[in-house]
Amino acid sequence: MTAGQMPRWADYILMPAINVAAAFFVSGLVVLAIGENPIDAVRILVWGAFGWNEGIGFTLFYATNFIFTGLAVAVAFHASLFNIGGEGQAYIGGLGVAFACLALDRFVPWWVTLPFAVAGAAAFGAAWAYIPAVLQAKRGSHVVITTIMFNFIAASLMVYLLVNVMAKEGSMQPETRTFEEGGRLPLLDTILPGVDFGSAPANLSFVLALLACVFTWVLIWRTKLGYEIRTFGANQTAAIYAGISPVRITVITMLISGAMAGMMAVNEIMGSQHRLLIEFVSGYGFVGIAVALMGRSHPLGILFAALLFGMLYQGGAELAFEMPAITRDMIVVIQALVILFAGALEHMFRPALIKLFGVLSAPATRPA
Amino acid sequence: MFDTLILILDSTVRLSTPLLLAALAGLYSERSGVFDIGLEGKMLGAAFAAGAAAAVTGSAWIGLGAGILVSIALALVHGFACITHRGNQIVSGVAINFLAIGLTALLGQDWFRQGGRTPPVTGDARFETLVLPFADALREVPVIGGIYSELLSGHNVLVYIAFLAVPFTWWVLFRTRFGLRLRAVGENPAAVDTAGISVTWLRYRAVICTGILCGIAGAYLSVAQSAGFIKDMTAGKGFIALAALIFAKWKPVPVMFACLLFGFLDAVAIRLQGQQVPGIGEVPVQAIQALPYILTVVLLAGFIGRAVPPKAGGTAYVKERS
Repeated sequence: MTAGQMPRWADYILMPAINVAAAFFVSGLVVLAIGENPIDAVRILVWGAFGWNEGIGFTLFYATNFIFTGLAVAVAFHASLFNIGGEGQAYIGGLGVAFACLALDRFVPWWVTLPFAVAGAAAFGAAWAYIPAVLQAKRGSHVVITTIMFNFIAASLMVYLLVNVMAKEGSMQPETRTFEEGGRLPLLDTILPGVDFGSAPANLSFVLALLACVFTWVLIWRTKLGYEIRTFGANQTAAIYAGISPVRITVITMLISGAMAGMMAVNEIMGSQHRLLIEFVSGYGFVGIAVALMGRSHPLGILFAALLFGMLYQGGAELAFEMPAITRDMIVVIQALVILFAGALEHMFRPALIKLFGVLSAPATRPA
Repeated sequence: MFDTLILILDSTVRLSTPLLLAALAGLYSERSGVFDIGLEGKMLGAAFAAGAAAAVTGSAWIGLGAGILVSIALALVHGFACITHRGNQIVSGVAINFLAIGLTALLGQDWFRQGGRTPPVTGDARFETLVLPFADALREVPVIGGIYSELLSGHNVLVYIAFLAVPFTWWVLFRTRFGLRLRAVGENPAAVDTAGISVTWLRYRAVICTGILCGIAGAYLSVAQSAGFIKDMTAGKGFIALAALIFAKWKPVPVMFACLLFGFLDAVAIRLQGQQVPGIGEVPVQAIQALPYILTVVLLAGFIGRAVPPKAGGTAYVKERS
């Protein structure tokens, strides 16, 4: 049962579309079970996300987070590594952003701070992925388990640092001082003329996220390293036979993955919160898994998947307001169903679809 | 000093119970070659179902039954995805965790309108503590009296079930035909298949065992340890259980000791909160909380012994290649 029995467009577009549709269908059943109208719910959701300026701003803001965490998971997927630690890597990445901002914000404008903040986020995120990567590459410890453990270790470490070390003088809040102007990214609507996102925190990080998409595409499909990553992911034995070092590829891929996850913190910390606080990642790292699965690990797919999840997050908030019975937890349910149908059950509809294409193409391929 | 120790050990037993049940649950599934990072989700789903059913019916046992049923249902979703459709076991586990977090909060709010909580359970709707025979009479006897009446007596029935599940699991895995086949299917499914035994059915039975034990673990949280379900009440316990399972190298008796160790760390962390330890000063509680995860990583790295997972774990079995 190979993919060759189906046209490529069916494999890359139709299959994911069917899987996601199944996830939304089941989500609709959940809404029905609660006693609300799913059609109305979708209408409110889409309007809430795209129907007004501030909604669009929030959608873009959330999408920025998902692009970074989605790319993080996707890059690792290409080497057939499962980085489930985006949550912890993003959390630690926040530390890098905060160090840069706290050190520079009083002396220089934001555009001087930005490169340091991005580098800090990437470096700290990558560092948090480094140990699991080395343990996987050199000692065979399963990267899934170690990255899960590192998520929890990161959470404990950050609570300790924010309560005992980095907290503002004389404050009981587990957060740093608020950054001055030099530690704040400009909002998107102040850069783009004629656009107004109201109070939405969509900021320059969105552009950074788009650049990260381009970077990932070039890296994976247009460089020698990317070719090695994909070869290693497709067939480790063949890759080793071809002289590709498994240790090198595992470590480098995980470092890039961790750096991507870490950069999510630029959007949250420097773009919106303007201070480092506990639990700012709040699940974005895990949503990255759904985004990567839905986007089929391709930057363009991830961009669309991230926008869809951004829409769910923003529209879901509106939905919770309009239909109080449907709380924001509905988004988590939809997310779970997307992961289930687009990820774990991705092969469920495949045999039926292959049969269908077989029937459709039979007269054409076999001349009478 | 002795009293303090007994108190800490007493809460160790209480805190290790859900870990022990969940870790033993994971043992069945993972020994059969199906990795399960969805222990957390199954526990959470069961905790909610148990809390809701006990609150509505007023019976803790019906709550336990409901918890087990929901947990089995989630386990079957995992089985359907990973065994029948050969999906990625990690991805499926992640999905189940999210499904449980979302659905429990959503339905909890819809049914009870208490911010995701279930109504508090009291009386018969909750598992009360059992007092072992002569516990009160022996209380005054030095040392033994304290150990017997505080540490061994005075827990609810699920605690005893959890610790009895350890020898039972050992017996099932190492002394029954089912156990032998279950272990074999986790190491070499092709051999089991060649012997004419269905790999699929065997693995399904293994994940159902996982569902039952996770169900008890969840019910323990909401209708035994606490009096009702609270949003996200598992708070990572499923993952600590997973860590304990790995730490114990997938063996039942070591699983119990690993869970007791992690439960002990938790009890100590609660005890030390904000206290000055002579010579050290204030111990950062977060360091103790992170210790189970750090220990597991160190073990996985092979620095203290070596944790080798079941050989066929994580891969779906393909009967024949066409």
